Amino acid sequence: MSAPHEPFAGFDRAPSGAGPDRAPDSGAGVRTWARDLALGARFAAGGGREGWTRTVLTAVGVGLGVALLLLAAAVPPMMTVRDHKRVARDAMSSGYVAKPTDSTLLSAEADTTYHDKDITGILLQPDGPNAATPPGVTKLPAPGHMVVSPALHRLLDGSPLLRQRIPYTIDGAIGRAGLMGPAELYFYAGSDRLTARDAEYRNGNADRITGFGHRSNSAVMGPTFDLLLVIMLVVLLLPVGVFIATAVRLGGERRDRRLAALRLVGADNRMTRRIAAGEALFGSVLGLLVGGGLFFAGRQLASHVTIRGISAYPADMTPATTLAVLIVLAVPLTAVAVTMLSLRGTAIEPLGVVRQGVGRGRRVWWRLVIPVVGLVLLLPQFGHVHGDSNLNVYQTATGAVLMLIGVTAVLPWVVEQVVGRLRGGPVAWQLATRRLQLSSNAAARMVSGVTVAVAGAIALQMLFTAVDGDFVHETGGDPSRAQVMVDAPVANGAQARDFNQRIAATRGVRQAYGYVNADATQPDADRVRDGDFAYLPVVVGDCPTLRQMAQVSACSPGSVFIVPPADGMGDPGSARSYLRPGSRLDLNGPPQSAYVGTPRLWTIPRTARTAAPRTDPTGSLSWGLFATPQALDTSLLSSPTANSMVVLDPRQPEAVEYVRNTTAKLGIGVDVFTVHSTTQQNSYTQLRRGLFAGAALTMALIGASLLVMMLEQLRDRKKLLAVLVAFGTRRSALAWSVLWQTAIPVVLGLVLACAGGLGLGAALLAMTSRPFHPDWSGMAAMSAIGAAVVLGVTLLSMPPLWRLMRADGLRTE
Amino acid sequence: MTTEPLLQATDVRKSYGRTAALDGADLTVRAGEVVAVMGPSGSGKSTLLHCLAGIVRADSGELRYRGQDLTAMSDGRRSALRRSDFGFVFQFGQLVPELTCLENVAIPLRLAGERRRAAEAKAAAWLERLEVADVAGQRPGEVSGGQGQRVAVARALVAGPRVIFADEPTGALDSLNGERVMRLLTDAAHDTGAAVVLVTHEARVAAYSDREIVVRDGKSRDTERVS
Amino acid sequence: MRGGYTWRVYTACSVGGMSIGHTLLGLLESGPRHGYDLKRAFDERFGHDRPLAYGQVYSTMARLLKNGLVEVEGIEPGGGPERKRYAITDAGITDVEAWLAQPERPEPYLQTTLYTKVVLALLTGRSAADLLDTQRAEHLRLMRELTRRKSSDDLADQLICDHALFHLEADLRWLELTAARLDQLAAAVTR
Repeated sequence: MSAPHEPFAGFDRAPSGAGPDRAPDSGAGVRTWARDLALGARFAAGGGREGWTRTVLTAVGVGLGVALLLLAAAVPPMMTVRDHKRVARDAMSSGYVAKPTDSTLLSAEADTTYHDKDITGILLQPDGPNAATPPGVTKLPAPGHMVVSPALHRLLDGSPLLRQRIPYTIDGAIGRAGLMGPAELYFYAGSDRLTARDAEYRNGNADRITGFGHRSNSAVMGPTFDLLLVIMLVVLLLPVGVFIATAVRLGGERRDRRLAALRLVGADNRMTRRIAAGEALFGSVLGLLVGGGLFFAGRQLASHVTIRGISAYPADMTPATTLAVLIVLAVPLTAVAVTMLSLRGTAIEPLGVVRQGVGRGRRVWWRLVIPVVGLVLLLPQFGHVHGDSNLNVYQTATGAVLMLIGVTAVLPWVVEQVVGRLRGGPVAWQLATRRLQLSSNAAARMVSGVTVAVAGAIALQMLFTAVDGDFVHETGGDPSRAQVMVDAPVANGAQARDFNQRIAATRGVRQAYGYVNADATQPDADRVRDGDFAYLPVVVGDCPTLRQMAQVSACSPGSVFIVPPADGMGDPGSARSYLRPGSRLDLNGPPQSAYVGTPRLWTIPRTARTAAPRTDPTGSLSWGLFATPQALDTSLLSSPTANSMVVLDPRQPEAVEYVRNTTAKLGIGVDVFTVHSTTQQNSYTQLRRGLFAGAALTMALIGASLLVMMLEQLRDRKKLLAVLVAFGTRRSALAWSVLWQTAIPVVLGLVLACAGGLGLGAALLAMTSRPFHPDWSGMAAMSAIGAAVVLGVTLLSMPPLWRLMRADGLRTE
Repeated sequence: MTTEPLLQATDVRKSYGRTAALDGADLTVRAGEVVAVMGPSGSGKSTLLHCLAGIVRADSGELRYRGQDLTAMSDGRRSALRRSDFGFVFQFGQLVPELTCLENVAIPLRLAGERRRAAEAKAAAWLERLEVADVAGQRPGEVSGGQGQRVAVARALVAGPRVIFADEPTGALDSLNGERVMRLLTDAAHDTGAAVVLVTHEARVAAYSDREIVVRDGKSRDTERVS
Repeated sequence: MRGGYTWRVYTACSVGGMSIGHTLLGLLESGPRHGYDLKRAFDERFGHDRPLAYGQVYSTMARLLKNGLVEVEGIEPGGGPERKRYAITDAGITDVEAWLAQPERPEPYLQTTLYTKVVLALLTGRSAADLLDTQRAEHLRLMRELTRRKSSDDLADQLICDHALFHLEADLRWLELTAARLDQLAAAVTR
């Protein structure tokens, strides 16, 4: 008997196919696979209350992640559907339609605002019997009648004030096809007072259109906006991925023991792997179902939610098929992949679990390579994200993802290094640090979700703060001087005066500064051939009104002022040439292409004085010829516009609505603005709100997973805890050790998150060519939120800890 | 004795780090016999059993099962051997807590490719035989230690193994339950013709064997060879 | 059967340690019996392989009669030996009570023979370990025999066997311990 004594080749390695002996299940048939997967599923589904709890937690965790992913996947189609709907009902003409036919119709805007809610109104007047109808409307409303969106119908029913403004008889409702969301406030009203404008866009109040849905334009926000959107998605979805990965690893240690028991009765490595995969699959498939359920339930709820006037129909929030298929395939595959990865460093032997690499330090270099590669991907874009340049979305997203993943990759190494150096201290500290030294990996995994979320949020916050100026505009408006601005096209000065008087007489109005403005041109305009006409604004108003718009000292009826354009406004050359005392102007305004009509010449009085412009209450600077009505007969003006700067009584909160009601009666095409000192672009606001909502959701997810992991860890150590209590360890010491055990990795994670966040933030700022400016308060806030989540989790795990520490923990199973 | 040895270990050595757990162990197991491996704690009894069963890799020495070299087998082959030819009863921890007792017993059959219904029918018969049919639907955590061990014995026997490896199978049981488990185990093994390698430090448990070998300081003396 | 311990010897020891007189008295408590009935009752419960000699019953009963612990209730004439019916007296009941109440002295079981053999082997340079192993194998062989015998359904028999097994196990532990400390012992005895 002298067999070779050394050949243990491949003894403990997974059979990788090499070697002479065939494993009996090589080329494992479908049945073998099915059996092992089913066995895994049986483990996931079995195991009594505890096993179910774990599976349900996994499913809920994965489900929450899946729901978020589905939501994200539903955004692009939702945007597309909304865009399609918006385009389909567009009533703007694609070009000038000169002649009415039996299928054309006239349309005019009748938008208004009520209590900060924007209402879109379109007035329609068919030219003939075959006129098109807008989407969602079967029959054009007759004059004095309208069709309304259901939301507007409800609003009108509850608001008599608004009903006065939109008094048309309600004929019916606009169908879904014509609305972007259930909360949209929209109406189409029939009119018989519309007249088509001429080719010069004058002398009418409506556009002639041949139908609906001709124009397509998207509100392009520019590359900075795209950058924000990309980073936001990355920041919000990456923790979701981390969370899903964490969720499928719940109960990992228990599973390893279970698999060891199976190895004993003859399961080989591949079988245990398949069984583990089956377990992960079961949880993640259940998670998919839960996620789908959550998504569809949430979608129904979404129809009741309106964010800044934006709502959506559940049916429109359908995830893109490819994305949905991707999610359905990727989530279980990820679950299986994560399981396989977690098994990779673990040899499950029949007598238990052997963790490989114990004592072998983690190597740091490949961990550092990840964020560096991310940075390298972002580098070429430094200073290039501005204006209308195109953002390389994929490169940017990949770079950002790598930088964030790099943070989580470095985390275990940092935790190991730091924790390995901790020594001594009180009993609680010692228990915590020794435990962490044994399984620093689990600790790092526990906080990696928080780390990614905080790092991403810090970077985003920095970018937001820096680009704040891009999106929040100083309007220059001064709400203390006037609160409402009204523009109305008028036929003549008399009508303008009448309008202003009616506004001034409105309830809640203290004063209305009314003026008329129109455009004049050079006196020889009718002889100009090349179409380059001078553009010379004319403002006619009384002295108090002119004082709001120019620095006028002495003013009396009959005064005329010449206000030169401020820097960057108008055309200083033509202003110098034509706006001079004694020179003549043609009040038959500047034509667009060729001169029409007859010149109406008017001489600037020699008494005209020059005055500097003054910022008016709305924040605009005007220039041109400023005259009192006694000096210039407003009936000479072509296409005049009546303007009113309205001062409201602050004690009358509905004053704005009364003004709007008044102006609604003035005619078609009257605009009312409220004066604000700043304006914010709407999408930016939504982005910011989206970030906060997403961050809250992500943090909640992470908190939930942390809690589950903590409880699991406690359950695993039940006996140990009971023994510690039995020989007199203070409960408070154990509580502290639990806190330390969470707090140490979390503090490390947060420090790393701040570093990573600053790095990514700096890179993003460099991309948009903005100076590095750390947002310390944002960092503090995000870190505080992260720490609060962990503290909350620790607190929530105290009651079970107390329960576990009761002496019956000593009882053997 | 004329029977061919079923399992033969010659000069098996195994160290954990610097500690030598086995320092030249010999053992022969013939078909159908019950061999007790005795010795004080830490003498290397369990290590010998683990080596014999192909669970642990020996450092040197020869291990033959029915003429095949156990040490040259791949993990897959050894796993397959554990499924088809070996059964295990340990002191504790070998039952899968998630599965019911019946399912636990059925597992080796299912791993070997048998259909669930057939596997569970056989398992039920074995539970009956070991007088634990009443706990078939319960989980290991819900049954007593003695019942759990009998379930484990049923599982060890269900696939019709040639060798059952039992490592302190009564270690966690009181005398009465221990005796009962030993009686059932040896009777069943006798009836099915399976050999039993029984590691124990208790003489009363070893008394259920046909012969014993003693492991002392990692060396074993097979009394059959000595005498 | 090899020499040394046998099951029979061991049982004799254990039964020999008890008082047959008290046992017979105890059996009489349930009612008067003939001498022959007494022997059969004794054998059934305590005798096992080794039945009580009829002569021993007769002589014991004669002694008990003399001490006033039993009395003869009547003599049935008939062929063969006379058939006396014995009944227990009040004094007899008191005596049984006192016997049962008195704790048995725990047997120290000093294995002097074995110890002597071990020391002698050490002194003469023979292998004490072999001696111990042989003894150990012998103990186990007996234990195996007893264990096999236990598989009968007789509970009383099982208990007797267990008693023996536990004692043998104790011996084995001593052997085990001694084997582990042979070097120390060798140093001590050869000093």
